[in-house]
Amino acid sequence: MSNMLNLTLKVWRQDGPDTAGQFQTYKTTVSDDASFLEMLDYVNEELIEADEIPISFDHDCREGICGSCGVMIDGQAHGPQRGTATCQLHMRQFNDGDTIEIEPFRAAGFPIIKDLVVNRAAFDRIIESGGYISVTTGAAEDANDIPIPKHAADAAMDAAACIGCGACVAACPNSAANLFTAAKMQQLNMLPQGQAERYTRSNAMVEKMEQFFGSCTNYGECQEACPKEITIDFIAMMNRDYVKSQLVNRRRLGQKKLG
Amino acid sequence: MTLNLDAHIPEGPLADKWTNHKFDLPLVSPNNRRKFEVIVVGTGLAGAGAAATLGELGYNVKVFTYHDSPRRAHSIAAQGGINAAKNYRNDGDSIFRLFYDTIKGGDYRSREANVYRLAEVSNNIIDQATAQGVPFAREYGGGLDNRSFGGAQVSRTFYARGQTGQQLLLGAYQALARQIHLGTVTLYNRMEMLDLVLHEGRAVGITTRDLLNGEVSSHSGHAVLMATGGYGNVYFLSTNAKACNVTATWRAHRKGAAFANPSYTQIHPTCIPPADEFQSKLTLMSESLRNDGRIWVPDAEADNRAAGEIPEDERDYYLERKYPSFGNLVPRDVASRNAKTVVDEGRGIGPLNNGVYLDFGAAMERFGVDTIQERYGNLFDMYERITGENPYEVPMRIYPATHYTMGGLWVDYNLETTVPGLFALGEANFSDHGANRLGASALMQGLADGYFVAPSTLAGYLADWLGTDAVPTDDPAFTESLNETKDRIDRLMSVNGTHTVDHYHRELGKVIWEDCGMSRNRAGLERALVQIPEIREQFWSDVKVPGDPNGWNQSLEKALRVADFMEMAELKVRDALHREESCGGHFREEHQTDEGEAQRDDENFSYVAAWEYGGEDIQNDAVLNKEPLEFENVSLTQRSYK
Repeated sequence: MSNMLNLTLKVWRQDGPDTAGQFQTYKTTVSDDASFLEMLDYVNEELIEADEIPISFDHDCREGICGSCGVMIDGQAHGPQRGTATCQLHMRQFNDGDTIEIEPFRAAGFPIIKDLVVNRAAFDRIIESGGYISVTTGAAEDANDIPIPKHAADAAMDAAACIGCGACVAACPNSAANLFTAAKMQQLNMLPQGQAERYTRSNAMVEKMEQFFGSCTNYGECQEACPKEITIDFIAMMNRDYVKSQLVNRRRLGQKKLG
Repeated sequence: MTLNLDAHIPEGPLADKWTNHKFDLPLVSPNNRRKFEVIVVGTGLAGAGAAATLGELGYNVKVFTYHDSPRRAHSIAAQGGINAAKNYRNDGDSIFRLFYDTIKGGDYRSREANVYRLAEVSNNIIDQATAQGVPFAREYGGGLDNRSFGGAQVSRTFYARGQTGQQLLLGAYQALARQIHLGTVTLYNRMEMLDLVLHEGRAVGITTRDLLNGEVSSHSGHAVLMATGGYGNVYFLSTNAKACNVTATWRAHRKGAAFANPSYTQIHPTCIPPADEFQSKLTLMSESLRNDGRIWVPDAEADNRAAGEIPEDERDYYLERKYPSFGNLVPRDVASRNAKTVVDEGRGIGPLNNGVYLDFGAAMERFGVDTIQERYGNLFDMYERITGENPYEVPMRIYPATHYTMGGLWVDYNLETTVPGLFALGEANFSDHGANRLGASALMQGLADGYFVAPSTLAGYLADWLGTDAVPTDDPAFTESLNETKDRIDRLMSVNGTHTVDHYHRELGKVIWEDCGMSRNRAGLERALVQIPEIREQFWSDVKVPGDPNGWNQSLEKALRVADFMEMAELKVRDALHREESCGGHFREEHQTDEGEAQRDDENFSYVAAWEYGGEDIQNDAVLNKEPLEFENVSLTQRSYK
């Protein structure tokens, strides 16, 4: 049966991108069966009824798959439970009497919109730069025409599990987005369908990433924070493809001129 | 009846209709496509698929989503899989069989021609997604793997672990991203559609609110495609994402688009039961779990022993007992209703006696724990995170929850609503699932509509408008809609009452779940028709929406959505009351067989109920229009899964 937890919350409140923010303290009592976001819902209901402005936070599916939610909980992206997005974190991970510090994901590439909400549009720009296979609707051959070894399909799926939440960036001391970019890129680079654009993709996505985010120095914090437990092996694969792209793309450029 | 409900079903044999129709449809030539502006609302499978495909074709597309990124649309949460009639397993599948299963699964309340087309393009979807790099599960030989799903006796479901919706949506999102990069599609994110704009009776644009700064603005186009999802959140607790809402479709309905079969709702049998009053949503456990899990409750009422202490001969595997040929794989409505029956009998399990067991003990013994982990590992992990129980050790607890809505805007074969120029795609329309949707068919329909149907049929509409400009946004039609929308926002902000939006949403949800949920009867529906207007009145006189409308305001976003649910709910109940039969997800207690199964009335109710908006007194003003359903290729039978 459920137990009630008395909690002290220190929540980052910030009106807008250009205003200063600060921590505010709230006290609340919730069931340990509640999810973390249900706890925030409950606090918000109390705030509204007390004529205060509720805490803004992004969320949607609450099943750990849409990637909308994500806050720093006691300094950890998505909180203390491994492989768990904020929405799936439940209050039974906390103890009666705990003080919990809740902040937005902090990175220059993720400007704050309000309170705990940040702008992650940079991720969309990275995908738009090349995170796809260019195949026009209707132009596909039969799906079974290209056999893909099970281990390759499984590895692609491991990378494809990324939910685009941004925890990797928030956890990184350099605010690098290498894990996100690598996961999205390597899913495609590992599959036969992705080979034609492999090196143009690798180059374009890395260059775009660097416009928004810091550089990777292999801390590995990202894989610890990732709610889908995506490994930094994919970053190594991305680095290899990026380096190779500098040569391959130049050679292709040469071919183009000759041809 | 005042509407012309011509479904425009093409002539000819069922198998040739779509091919013939595509040939007969007018075309827009490649160099003329850039002269058309097309508005797409929503970026789920249907919306992203359509926007990307229309962009590839060369149209000027504007795509709108209230999310920060198109990739967050709720299609992403579909777990189990997507059907296609590939027959890679050589188990007797065919386009006709997928068509037949879908019609039968929908309890003969959908259109033959639409469903056949869906089955026909299902194979193209798998090809398309594979070419995009969607990492479908593979067998060791490198070919695609399949699993079986409820309501079918063949193995035709393609899947990507337990994240099929995510992978298909990301495929569509990436195709869309490519078009955004190429400049054919303009993305408007964090923009919510709040009204449809009509000019001389046709759809010419939308009114939106920018969720970042609160700005209300107008957008015009030659046509509007709405792929805005379903209305399951009318129940407050459902498996839908928190932001899913009916506003876009309801506003279109108020502007003249008929709303078809609003009572048809799918209650998914395998969700995690609510734990307490803080519950904000219900989490679905994929139906694919029923492949290997056995559903049971104790024989005895209020048997509160732990599952492991209940001996085999005191367990009731009620689905296997009642439906020997389909067993645990009966369609969703049948599985849900049976769960309700045993829980109502007092045999429910768990701390609140509000669930049934889904037990993998036998499967783990037969296949080994590793195989089960391979198949369902992420679902098991998710279950443990939410409940704190380990399903490898104790059986899962499940209970039905609202999941999908088969009703939606009425559309013809071209997916065009009763408003010319307004198309509805995916869950937002009513067309393919009848009174009950089979598992792994929602992804199929969303992508069929988005990738393959709408891009063809839209050209048929646009061809007539070649040489015309989109209606400019300073036209009175736009300013009127803009002002109406601003007024609605002002009214909500100025109530300044005592209770939160969620408070009223919960109240509404309780009434609808109780009286218009898994099982319905006249007395309950009539009671709901009294209660809903009362709740709506309280909402409008006592809701409290804090903050500033001219800026980021999540309470206002919710308030606008809940205000529309309050109206839509009444139409939903009205529809359920008028349909004096049981069919699929619509179970009227007055109409059941001696064995307690749904009893259809084909003589009187074999039609689509398309409601026309009549005025603010929804239950009395709504006008019922009927589109008769004709079956030429299947014979109507009482569904039997025994």
